[in-house]
Formats: sequence, C-alpha cells, structure tokens
Amino acid sequence: MAEEILLMKGNEAVAHAAIRCGCDGYFGYPITPQSEILETLAAEKPWETTGMVVLQAESEVASINMLYGGGGAGKRVMTSSSSPGVALMQEGLAYMAGAEIPGLIVNVQRGGPGLGTIQPSQGDYFQATRGGGNGDYYLIVLAPSSVQEMADFVDLSFELAFKYRIPVMMLSDGVIGQVMEKVVLPPFKPRRTEEEIIASCPWASTGRKAGRPINVITSLELQPEAMEKHNHHLQAKYDEIRKNEVRIEETMTDDADYLIVAFGSAARIAQKAIDDLRKEGIRVGLLRPITLWPFPYDRICELSTKVKGILTFEINAGQMVEDVRLAVEGRTPVTHYGKMGGIVPTPEEVIATLKDHFHITQ
Amino acid sequence: MERNDIIAPENLVYKKPTLLNDTDMHYCPGCSHGVVHKLIAEVIEEMGIEEKAVGVSPVGCAVFAYKYIDIDWQEAAHGRAPAIATAIKRLWPDRLVFTYQGDGDLACIGTAETIHALNRGENIAIIFINNAIYGMTGGQMAPTTLMGMKTATCPYGRQADLHGYPLKITEIAATLEGTCFVSRQSVHSVAAIRKAKRAIRQAFENSVNRRGSSLVEIVSTCSSGWKKTPIEANQWMEEHMFEYYHLGDLKSI
Ligand SMILES: Cc1ncc(C[n+]2csc(CCOP(=O)(O)OP(=O)(O)O)c2C)c(N)n1
Ligand code: SF4
Ligand SMILES: [Mg+2]
Repeated sequence: MAEEILLMKGNEAVAHAAIRCGCDGYFGYPITPQSEILETLAAEKPWETTGMVVLQAESEVASINMLYGGGGAGKRVMTSSSSPGVALMQEGLAYMAGAEIPGLIVNVQRGGPGLGTIQPSQGDYFQATRGGGNGDYYLIVLAPSSVQEMADFVDLSFELAFKYRIPVMMLSDGVIGQVMEKVVLPPFKPRRTEEEIIASCPWASTGRKAGRPINVITSLELQPEAMEKHNHHLQAKYDEIRKNEVRIEETMTDDADYLIVAFGSAARIAQKAIDDLRKEGIRVGLLRPITLWPFPYDRICELSTKVKGILTFEINAGQMVEDVRLAVEGRTPVTHYGKMGGIVPTPEEVIATLKDHFHITQ
Repeated sequence: MERNDIIAPENLVYKKPTLLNDTDMHYCPGCSHGVVHKLIAEVIEEMGIEEKAVGVSPVGCAVFAYKYIDIDWQEAAHGRAPAIATAIKRLWPDRLVFTYQGDGDLACIGTAETIHALNRGENIAIIFINNAIYGMTGGQMAPTTLMGMKTATCPYGRQADLHGYPLKITEIAATLEGTCFVSRQSVHSVAAIRKAKRAIRQAFENSVNRRGSSLVEIVSTCSSGWKKTPIEANQWMEEHMFEYYHLGDLKSI
C-alpha cells in the first residue's frame, strides 16, 4: 500500500507521531503556539487505543516533574510547551539530567524575553544548548525544519533518550509548529509491555522484585568525591554523544564560496535564498545543524577553510553564531543576520545581508 | 538469666520490619521522622506489596528516606513529589505509590502540586510530616509555624501582620472531591503510633485499590529546630500543636 500523505500542522504531527511510536504518556500545560499538541491528543483519545496516558497538568513545573516520575519509572514520556513554559521547566530538566532520566520535551518557540510575543522565534537556542538549569549538563537538542521532521523526530528523540538516559529537546518554533505541510506519519509501533520495560530499564523504579537491589532515581549526592565521580560519568556520556550523534544536512556546500548556517524554520528561508543566489551565479551553500547539541563544530571548521565567509541566519539576536565562531576560530569572517520580536525575515533580506556584508557585487 | 537467654528467638515479642535496613538514620534524637519510617516499612511488609511499592522522597530532612526503606524510590525536587507520584501511578496503575513530604515541601513550595494531585483524585497516598518548621535548613519559619512560635527567620515569634497564619492544608485537602481519606495523626505515644499506623495502612490500601487520593498528616516534633530535648519537644507538641492541629480523621469515604 502506498504511504498515506496527510496535510497537517507541525504540532498535530507531533501528537500523531507520539501515539504511533509507542509513547506511554504526555503531560502538558496549554500555551500558544503549541496548544494543538495537547488538543490533538485529547481529541484522539489514545488511552482508548494504545493505552497512552494524556494529562493536562497544573503547570509546566508539574509537567516536567511528571516526566521525571514517568521517565524514572522507565516509560516513554513527553511534554510540550513554548518558551515561557520551557523556562519554568528548567529546574526539572536539571534534575532529570542529574538523575539520568529519559524524556522528550518539545519547545515550539515564541519571542521573548519574558511573556514576549506569541509569534515565532529562535530565541531559546542558548537556553536549550547550554543546559538551562543548574549544574554541568546538556540536553540532546534536535531542530526540525519541517512538519515531516516534527513527526519523525518524536521516535528518534525517544530512541536517543533511552540509549543515553538523557532528556531530549525538540527545539521547534512557531513557524514549523503552525504551518500546514504534507506529512507521512511514522508506522505504528506498539508500546513496550511492562515486562519489556523492566528488562530494558533495569535502573527504573518500577517496584523492587525480590533479590534485586533497590532502584533509586535521584540527583542527590552529598559526598564530594562521589558527586564528582557522577559528574565525570555524565561528562563521559556527553563526549560519547558528541562523537556519535552530530546530525547535519548540507546543500550545495561542495563548490560554495559562501556558507549560510541556519537551523529550523530559518533553514527553510535560507534554502530559498540560496536557490535565488545560485540563479544569479553566486555560489552559496547551506549547512543546517539538525542537532544543535551536539553542535557540528568539526564540519563547520572544515568548511571554514574553503569559503570566503559565513553568514549565520537565525530568528533571534545572534545565538548560534557564537557556536559557529567557536568552530571557525577566525579562519574566515562570520556574521549574523536575524530578526526579533516575532518577525520572520524574508529570503530577500538574507540575500541582501550576504551581498552587503561580503561585498558581493554580482 | 544471661542477656543471650532473654533475647532468644522464642522470647521475641517485637522486631523491626525487614524492609527497614540497618543503615544508621541521620535523624536527631526525638525526631518523628524515624518512627514514621518504621510504620511505613511495617505497613508495606504487612500488606506484602514490597514488589509493587514506589516511594517518592522530598527535599527536607527525609530526603534520604530511600536509604532506610528497601523499596524502589524516586527523590523529588523540593515540593514536586505529588507531580512525580501522579505520573508513576498513572503509568503503573497497579503500584502502591506514595509521597513522603515535610510542611515546607508540601504546604509551601509544593502547594500547587499537592492541591492539584489531590483534587484530581490521583490514586496516591501522601504522608505529610508537619513539624511546623524547616528542619533541614536549620529551623526557619514554615507555613505551618504556630502564631508566636520562634524560628530562625522569626526570632521574635510568628506574627500575623508580618507572616500571616499557620496553614491548615489538611483541612483544605478534606474539602477536595478527589480525596477519599484525610487524617491527622501523631507518633508521640504508643497509642498514637498505633492509630497513625492504621491511617497509613488505610491510605496505602486506597492507593493500591485506586480509591482516590489519601493524605495522612503526622503532627511531628523537630527537637533540634524547636531547640528542645526530645521529652520537652513531645510535651510542647501536645500542649501547643494539638490545640491548633486537631488529631483524628477529617474525611473517610
Ligand atoms: C528549590 C529549593 N529551594 C530551597 C531549598 C532548600 N531547602 C531544603 S529543605 C527545605 C525545607 C524543608 O522543610 P520541610 O519540608 O518542612 O522538611 P523538614 O526538614 O522539616 O522535615 C528548604 C527550604 C531547596 N533544596 N530547593
Ligand atoms: S532537624 Fe528536626 S526534622 Fe530534621 S532530623 Fe532533626 S529533629 Fe528531625
Ligand atoms: Mg518541616
């Protein structure tokens, strides 16, 4: 049978993908521009089909702690929110990172700071990639740039989250969450049985079977030496992830004189800019980090020796550009273009910035 | 008769529950926490549900509860235990899921999580240790601190114009449709300990049988925070705490 192509919003795709990929529980609190995720789940009633739990929590503080509880008990659990709500989750995320609890957090970003605006933004890049809460930790951060990727990254996030026992953030934005596009939903995959969970998550607090030591989910350790050892363990895990999980997409970088680095919805705009620039005979390539953490430092470093300049294009004041500069280490000029306040820039603005900054007269 | 003759197995009339391990407890002499831990271990053992029990420990003096009772645990962020317990119970519906929380944890920083878990009728049991003070951080004022009571952050005694009034959160819990059992107990005497144990058992059975939310408050001593000897602390509790926090079942359906 041919794959069924559907038309839906990114937010709706996340909800359908969750039901299809064996998610055990969703916990969330309404906030624009992502409320369709909880609304779609409520309409679909997966508790009657797959047995997935769906709960509207009393706050984002509660949602993220429900992820702590559910993930700590070995279940595939997720939440979603938008920027101010994700800000409220940072305590719980640090606890999950410390206690090594898997879980999926979808952030459909809006403009800030504070209550900001309900319009799209990529202003939470720092918060997502630098840990966000207290202590030395990272989340794996995936940046979808289409409705299809919002659907596909749900299962991928769970796989990574359980492989490394780490919270995974899908850092989307108001454009990708709200836009309607064609999508092929992932195939149905059953939820794991209780026996499968107990066997595959021997660390989880599922109830102690006679003979096994107790399982305690905690981020607490008052012995400095033991706490440092735990931190070294976390750091070794992060190194492993840096080595194995960097994901990027490149377009026309082979012969490029200039490089644009952009993620999420900005990468879609950059793609159009590149197509138009190529028509003018200007050789520009696009590197789209799919994982924002781990960040593709090595590949950007490599490309920086080949191009005359790099434009980092983000819908914010310039956040990822700091990582690009770290990768480039001054080998080639790097500049940033972005807009704030919920304004989504046009491809023409990207083209004009590139030409202006690098004095391309063609 | 020698000591060893007396402690022969056939003379045993009492032993601590096996689930309560031999780790030295870090609680101060005269503290109620240890007694309540023992009751929890006893009840779980008597119900025979060790393999299905998951506890959620708080931030507070009982943060290390998981070191003493040999069941699976999750350690919560300050105040968030009811949210954590909500998810565990919804995702593992046949488990006994309970939280163990102090008054700062439950009635202050975690008020929202507490009220909403109870109001949703989550099938969890909450054991609430009300010692009217922040024990762990060195005796600061709690939402449950009595009027006039001196603490590190109200050294002149709690006064209404500055601090408001001691919060009777258990009374609030009793008004919520989601709760099926709300009780206030203490562990200062053998008789009180027996009653407290019955209440904990009721709450745990409600969780297993999914009858709704249960809250058991234990009016407790904090000898260190109150700056009293264990005996003085018990007396002070009887004279002052019970007057404001009345013992007994507030709701039992
Ligand atoms: C977010 C956060 N704020 C503050 C603290 C510091 N803190 C630790 S325990 C505690 C109060 C505990 O009091 P209570 O819940 O009454 O427990 P008790 O020690 O009296 O049993 C506080 C404020 C913390 N750990 N986390
Ligand atoms: S400080 Fe108070 S609550 Fe904490 S262990 Fe000592 S007596 Fe108990
Ligand atoms: Mg207290």
